[in-house]
Amino acid sequence: MTDTTRTLTIGLVTVIVAALLPFGLSNYQVGLATEVLIFGILAMSIDILAGFAGRTSLGHGAIFGVSTYVVIYLVSNGTSPVLALAAAILAATLVAAVFALLAVRTSGVYFLLLTLALGMIVWGICLRWTQVTGGENGLRGDIRPAALYDHRVFYWVVLAATAVLAFGIWRFVRSPFGLTLRGIRDSESRMRSLGYNVPLHLFIGFTVSGFFAGVAGGIYAFFNNFVSPSTVALTQSVEGLLMTIVGGVGTLFGAFVGAAAIITLENIVSSSTERWQTVLGLTFIVIMIFAPEGIVGKLRILFRRRKPKSQALPKA
Amino acid sequence: MISFQILNGLTFAALLFVVASGFTLIFGLLRIVNLAHGAMYLIGGYIGYTVGVKTGSFALGGVCAMIGVACIGFILDQGLLRFVRGNELRQVLLTLGFAFVLNDMALVIWGGDSFTVPIPEALRGAVNVFGVFYPKYRLFVLVVGILLFILLWLLLQKTRLGALIRAGVDDAEMVEASGVNIRRVFLITFLLGSALAGLGGLMGGAFLSLYPSADAEILVFSLAIVIIGGRGSLPGVAVGSLLVGLLNTFGQVMFPELAYFVIFGPMAVLLAFRPLGLFGKAT
Repeated sequence: MTDTTRTLTIGLVTVIVAALLPFGLSNYQVGLATEVLIFGILAMSIDILAGFAGRTSLGHGAIFGVSTYVVIYLVSNGTSPVLALAAAILAATLVAAVFALLAVRTSGVYFLLLTLALGMIVWGICLRWTQVTGGENGLRGDIRPAALYDHRVFYWVVLAATAVLAFGIWRFVRSPFGLTLRGIRDSESRMRSLGYNVPLHLFIGFTVSGFFAGVAGGIYAFFNNFVSPSTVALTQSVEGLLMTIVGGVGTLFGAFVGAAAIITLENIVSSSTERWQTVLGLTFIVIMIFAPEGIVGKLRILFRRRKPKSQALPKA
Repeated sequence: MISFQILNGLTFAALLFVVASGFTLIFGLLRIVNLAHGAMYLIGGYIGYTVGVKTGSFALGGVCAMIGVACIGFILDQGLLRFVRGNELRQVLLTLGFAFVLNDMALVIWGGDSFTVPIPEALRGAVNVFGVFYPKYRLFVLVVGILLFILLWLLLQKTRLGALIRAGVDDAEMVEASGVNIRRVFLITFLLGSALAGLGGLMGGAFLSLYPSADAEILVFSLAIVIIGGRGSLPGVAVGSLLVGLLNTFGQVMFPELAYFVIFGPMAVLLAFRPLGLFGKAT
């Protein structure tokens, strides 16, 4: 079996298993599984940059959240859900394009700082622009279409969307364009001297990645029916990045493993204590010290089926 | 009115300078972007508040805030960062995790209410400057900011430690090769930078007040200043602070809801022309 058919087979089997999951789970657990899918997409979108372009972003939570805000605002004001979702994804992609314009000239820690600062600006605007965003209270609206009210139905729709998106991202990073991004990750100067337009490639890569984060954020709006500044806050970006890292940077599908791990942890912790932030911080510290290559990355190294494709965080 | 706003901008810039100078010192020399700097500012403020209220002494509050935050800096540097030396990205993300823990612990200890550090008697009230009545305390902050700039400048330019720090910013390996214990210089710088965050927390706590998300706000300003001014440059921080402080103040008056956006413009323009900041040097 070639690599491609194997990945596709594994993917298909996973989707089928995931589609059967709701039959064995309670409504609450189905909700959690839906959340895992949504954040898995977010983590994958972060992995496009972190794993394949060597750029670690701390601004994707903001891109994600912009989309959530737009959906809830528009649907609450009478726009149809489909149109609102389209507008939201467009808005998120535009925000990502603005971020990208500024960020493509930087790399390493500077990239991280800049995306962090940009994300914070979005957060600040959402917090202060009370007329539109509802300020600290956020926006609430029962916006999920009636046909999707049932937890299981909604889960299946999200699963179908996730499968399509994941396939899209997988194709994207394997395309000649994706290979060029990897080239840039490994040696920017070499790619430049080979005649590639490095900033343009990074710009497109970032915008595409933002598009996927926007899709995830739009879906999240229908899942949560509520948005507040904490949806665009740094915590969101950090959780997304942590999911990517826990899953394994550069493993792409590890994103879902990471999302499942973090969301499960969050639920266990939240049911017994209010100190989720502390646990999140400690998890980050522990992962950074002991396992920067993540779960899937670590497994790949352990089994060494072939030369490990995954890598620890780019060395800035 | 205009001179009132200018004074507001200048005093805010002075506060930002106190906080961001510590941030850029650490960034410049150790190559560590300490994302826990904002949380350290907040904790410094809380410590200063508690000590200030208990003892009634503002100065003692300041000393305790600086020592307390320097201790936290010591734990972060010696206890955690030592395991990830040499990998910038892992360091940054580790300090980020540390910031989350610190912030949450502050919430446990001091709760979610907002506090204002009590201002000493001598600094209350207003004085007449350029025809406007202006709060004495904010002028005091401005003076402290200017004094700190002079002190740091003297430290960096006129002392042996300063020479080592400057040399370390340019080429740490070379300094080490010439027989200097650069680790110790690193540690001292880290503690000094942390202490400055604590001092900033106390001073800011008296006119911006302290609340659970204040750390994030001050961190964004510090980041913007370092991005504008360039890594590890004292004049860079000063210029960056002035720019951000004034822009933010006028932005808040003119577009109250989009004030955050106003610091974004110059940052964008600057990055287009000088990705390393005004005074930044490539490594």
